[in-house]
Amino acid sequence: MGAPLIGARIERKEDYRFLTGAGQYTDDVELPRQSHAVFVRSPHAHAVVKKINSAKARKSPGFIAIYTGEDFAAAKLGGLPCGWLITDVKGQPMKEPPHPCLAQGKVRYVGDQVAIVIAETSEQARDAAGLVEVDYEVLPAVVDGSKARAKGAPQLHEIAPENTCYVWAIGDKAVTDAAFAKAAHVTKLEFINNRLVPNAMEPRVAIGAYSRADDNYTLYVANQNPHVERLLMTAFVMGLPEHKVRVVSGDVGGGFGSKIYLYAEDVAVTWAAKQVNRPVKWTSDRSEAFLTDAHGRDHHTAAELAMDKDGKFLAMRVKTTANVGAYLSTFASCVPTILYATLLAGQYKTPVIHCEVTAVFTNTTPVDAYRGAGRPEATYVVERLVETAAREMKIDPAEMRRRNFITEFPYQTPVALQYDIGNYNATMDAAVKLADVSGFASRKKASEAKGKLRGLGYAAYIEACGIAPSAVAGSLGARAGLFEAGEVRVHPTGSVTVFTGSHSHGQGHETTFAQVVADRLGMPIENVDIVHGDTSKILFGMGTYGSRSIAVGGTAIVKALDKVIAKGKKIAAHLMEAAESDIEFANGAYTVKGTDKKKMFGEVAFAAYVPHNYPHDKLEPGLNENAFYDPSNFTFPAGTYVCEVEVDPETGTVKIEKFTAVDDFGKIINPMIVEGQVHGGLTQGIGQALTEGAQYDASGQLTTGSFMDYCIPRATDVPFYQVDTRETPCTHNPLGVKGCGEAGAIGAPAALMNAITDALGVKDMPMPATPQNVWNALKNKKAA
Amino acid sequence: MAVKVSLKVNGKAVSAEVEERTLLVTVIRENLRLTGTHVGCDTAQCGACTVSMNGKAVKSCSILAMQAEGADVMTIEGVAKPDGTLHAMQAAFKEHHGLQCGFCTPGMVMNAIDFAKSHPNPTEAEIREALEGNLCRCTGYHNIVKAIGAGAKAMAAGK
Repeated sequence: MGAPLIGARIERKEDYRFLTGAGQYTDDVELPRQSHAVFVRSPHAHAVVKKINSAKARKSPGFIAIYTGEDFAAAKLGGLPCGWLITDVKGQPMKEPPHPCLAQGKVRYVGDQVAIVIAETSEQARDAAGLVEVDYEVLPAVVDGSKARAKGAPQLHEIAPENTCYVWAIGDKAVTDAAFAKAAHVTKLEFINNRLVPNAMEPRVAIGAYSRADDNYTLYVANQNPHVERLLMTAFVMGLPEHKVRVVSGDVGGGFGSKIYLYAEDVAVTWAAKQVNRPVKWTSDRSEAFLTDAHGRDHHTAAELAMDKDGKFLAMRVKTTANVGAYLSTFASCVPTILYATLLAGQYKTPVIHCEVTAVFTNTTPVDAYRGAGRPEATYVVERLVETAAREMKIDPAEMRRRNFITEFPYQTPVALQYDIGNYNATMDAAVKLADVSGFASRKKASEAKGKLRGLGYAAYIEACGIAPSAVAGSLGARAGLFEAGEVRVHPTGSVTVFTGSHSHGQGHETTFAQVVADRLGMPIENVDIVHGDTSKILFGMGTYGSRSIAVGGTAIVKALDKVIAKGKKIAAHLMEAAESDIEFANGAYTVKGTDKKKMFGEVAFAAYVPHNYPHDKLEPGLNENAFYDPSNFTFPAGTYVCEVEVDPETGTVKIEKFTAVDDFGKIINPMIVEGQVHGGLTQGIGQALTEGAQYDASGQLTTGSFMDYCIPRATDVPFYQVDTRETPCTHNPLGVKGCGEAGAIGAPAALMNAITDALGVKDMPMPATPQNVWNALKNKKAA
Repeated sequence: MAVKVSLKVNGKAVSAEVEERTLLVTVIRENLRLTGTHVGCDTAQCGACTVSMNGKAVKSCSILAMQAEGADVMTIEGVAKPDGTLHAMQAAFKEHHGLQCGFCTPGMVMNAIDFAKSHPNPTEAEIREALEGNLCRCTGYHNIVKAIGAGAKAMAAGK
C-alpha cells in the first residue's frame, strides 16, 4: 500500500486538459450543420410588446428562422417552473406568475427575451436580430425591493397584488417580543445585502439538436445539474418524455449557482432545433450574462438582538424584504426563506428567534441562489449584530461570541435546524491565534502613526450544507427530492469507472472522488476515472450546489462501493472455498480470516467477468453496483474568520492587511482542493463587501452591466489568505464530511464590514465599501 | 467582403477567409478549431482570450484577424512540449492548484509566460499587478500568484 489517499494533497487529474487547452466547454462543441441563435431582448424594464416586425430580418443574409412568444404559445410550450413552493403566513401558496420563455405580450426586465433569431453564422444571427423591429409601449418600472409594495407602485403581474410573492415567517413572535421586553440591551441594525451578479468566467451556452431519425433531442448546456435541467424542461415546459431528451454538460467554467437553473434560452434552442431541423447554438456574451444570468442577494433587512446585562443573547427579531426580480427563477423562493431564516441562530444559543420575509417582484433580473444562497445573508445579519452589540456593551467581540456559543450537540435551534456536531471554540481559538489578534493594538498604533485607520472584525459563521434530506425539504416545500446517485462500474481487469450525479464545474471531483474510491478499493488513483455531466451516461443526479457534492454525492459513491465490496466477498468466498462470513477486505485484497489465503480485488473482478469457475447458482456475473443516497440531516460546516484592514481616510481606500479563516468542514479528503475552495469563496465574499454591487437606475436600466462598471475582484484587491481547519467529523455520513464550497462567501462579508466599521468607528455603512462609500461614511461621522 | 489572412499559429502556416470585422479569436476558435483560447467578456477585461503574438501576450478578442496578417501566434495548445510534457509555467499551475474551472487558465498561462520572461524572480506585488487584465472567479488568485512566482523561477532556471 502507498501513502493514505484520504487527506492527501494530490494534484488534480483534470488539470492537464485545462492547462493544455483540451477542456471541452459547451462553446467548444461544434455539431455538423450547426446554426446560430441570437435573442432579441427587451431594452425596457417594463413594457407592452405591441408589434414585432421581422420583415427586414427575414431578408438578412444567412437568415434561417425567427420565433416569438406567439409561436411558443401556439406550440403550447409551458413557462419556466419554480422548484420550491413557499406557503405564506396565512397558509396560502406563494404567487407564481407565468414565466414565459419568450414574452407573451409584456416584458418585465431589461434583457427579457422577445424573440429567437436563427442564422447560418453567429454574426449573421446578430445582424438579423438587429433588424427585428419591436414596437413597445413603455410602462413605469419599479426596481427597488423596498418600494415594490408602495401605494401606486407599478404592478408586474396580475396574480400578485402589491408585487408580493409571499409574506412568510418562522419562529414564535409572541415569545420573541416578550423576550425583547425584558432585555437589558437591544442592538438594532438596518441594512441592504447588495445585489450581486455571479459572473462565472464562462458565459452560458446552449446547443439544441434534434434527430428526426429517432425523434431524440440533445441539449448541450453549461449547467450544474443536467438531470434536473432535463426533468424541468421535459416534464414542465415541453411535455416530452425524458427518454427522448439527453442533456450534456461537460466541462463548465464556473457556476456559483447561476448555472443551476432552467433558462428560457435552453428551452428555446432545444425546441427550435426541431423546427429548423438543424442544431441551434446560442452563446451568451458578457453583456447578456449581466442582464440574464440569475442575480444573487438583494435583501433589505431590519434586525434586532436582545441581550441580558452580561451580553447573553435572549432573542433575535428580523424583518427582511427580498427582491426576487421580475419572475420566480428555479429556486428563487427558497433562498430568502428556507436557506436564510433557518440559519439565524448562527453558532449561538439564542433561545428565541422570529423572522418575517416578504418576497417582492420588481422590474429587474430574476434573483436566485448565488454562492452561499441565503446563508451569507443570514450570517451578515447575525455577525453584524453580534459585533455591533459587543461594541455597544464594551465586551470583547470574541469573548461575546464565546459566552453565547453552542457547546452541546446535537442542538435544536429555534429555527428548525438540528446541528449534529461542531466545536465553535476550537475554530475561534485557532483563528484568534493565527490572526495574531493580541498584536493588533500595536499594529493599529503603527497605522495611526502613518495617518491610517486600522480595524479588526470577526465573523463566526455556520451554514447548512449537504442539501438535503428529501423528507425535510419536501415538508418545507421542495418539489423535488434532494438525494444523489452514484454508480461504480468495475472493469474485468479491476480498474474502475465511477458515474456520479454530482457535477464538477471547478470543484475537482475527478480527483477528490477518485481519492475516495481508490482508498476504499485499495488501488492506485490512476485506476479510477470519474464521469459526470451526461444524462445518457449517468444513472440520475440532483447535481451540484449547496456544498452538497462530497456529503451527498460522495456518500452515494461510498454506498455503491460498499455493495461492490460485498458482492466481491461472495465471489472471493467461492474462489477460496471459504464461508462468506470469514472473508475480509482490506488494502485491495480479500483474505480468509485466520489463513494466508488471498485474492486481489482485480482477480475477483476478473472472475466476475470471466465466470468459468463462478457461483452461478448464487450470483450474477459482472461487478457493477449503484446507490441512491438521501441524507438524514444537513451538514453544518462552521468557522471563524478574522479580517484586518487599513483604511486611508484621505481617499477612502480599504486595504485588506490580513484575512484569516479557520473552518471546520469535518473530514477533509484533499486539503489542497479545500483550501482553493476557501480562497475562492473568500474572494467572492470580499467582492460583495468591497467592490461589487448591481445598480439599476430608476427606469430599470442595469448601469453596472460590464466588467468595466461592475468590479469583480482583481488580484490586487485581495491578499494572501491564512487558512486552517479544525475537524469535528459529520455524524451522519460515512466519510464524516460536511462540504466546503460556500463557506468563504458566507463568512467573508460580515468579517470585512466588521473590520471596516471598526476602523472607521462607525456603527454601520453600506456594502460595497468602495472608496466613495467609505469616504462618505467618514464625512457623515464628522458631520454628526 | 471576404479577405484572406495568412499567419503562423503554433509553428504552422495557416490561412483563412474571413470578414473584415472578424476577430483573431474567432479565427483561432472557429476556423482553426483551437478551442483552448476562450472568450469570457466583450470589453477586453477578462483576458481568457490571451494568446502570444510575435512573442507578446495579447488579447485576441481585441485584435482583428487582418491585424494578425503575417504574425507568429502561439495559443495554449502550442505551449507544452511536442511529447505532451507540460511547460514549466503549466506545471507550476498544476502543482500549486492555480486553476479550478479552467476557463480563465489558458489566458492566465499565456500572460504569465510573457510576464516571466521579463520577471525571472517576481515579487507578489509585481505578479498581482501583472494580473490586472486577467480575471479569475474561482481561485481568489491566491494559488495563481504562487504558481506564477514558482513558474517564473522554474523558467529562469531553464526548466
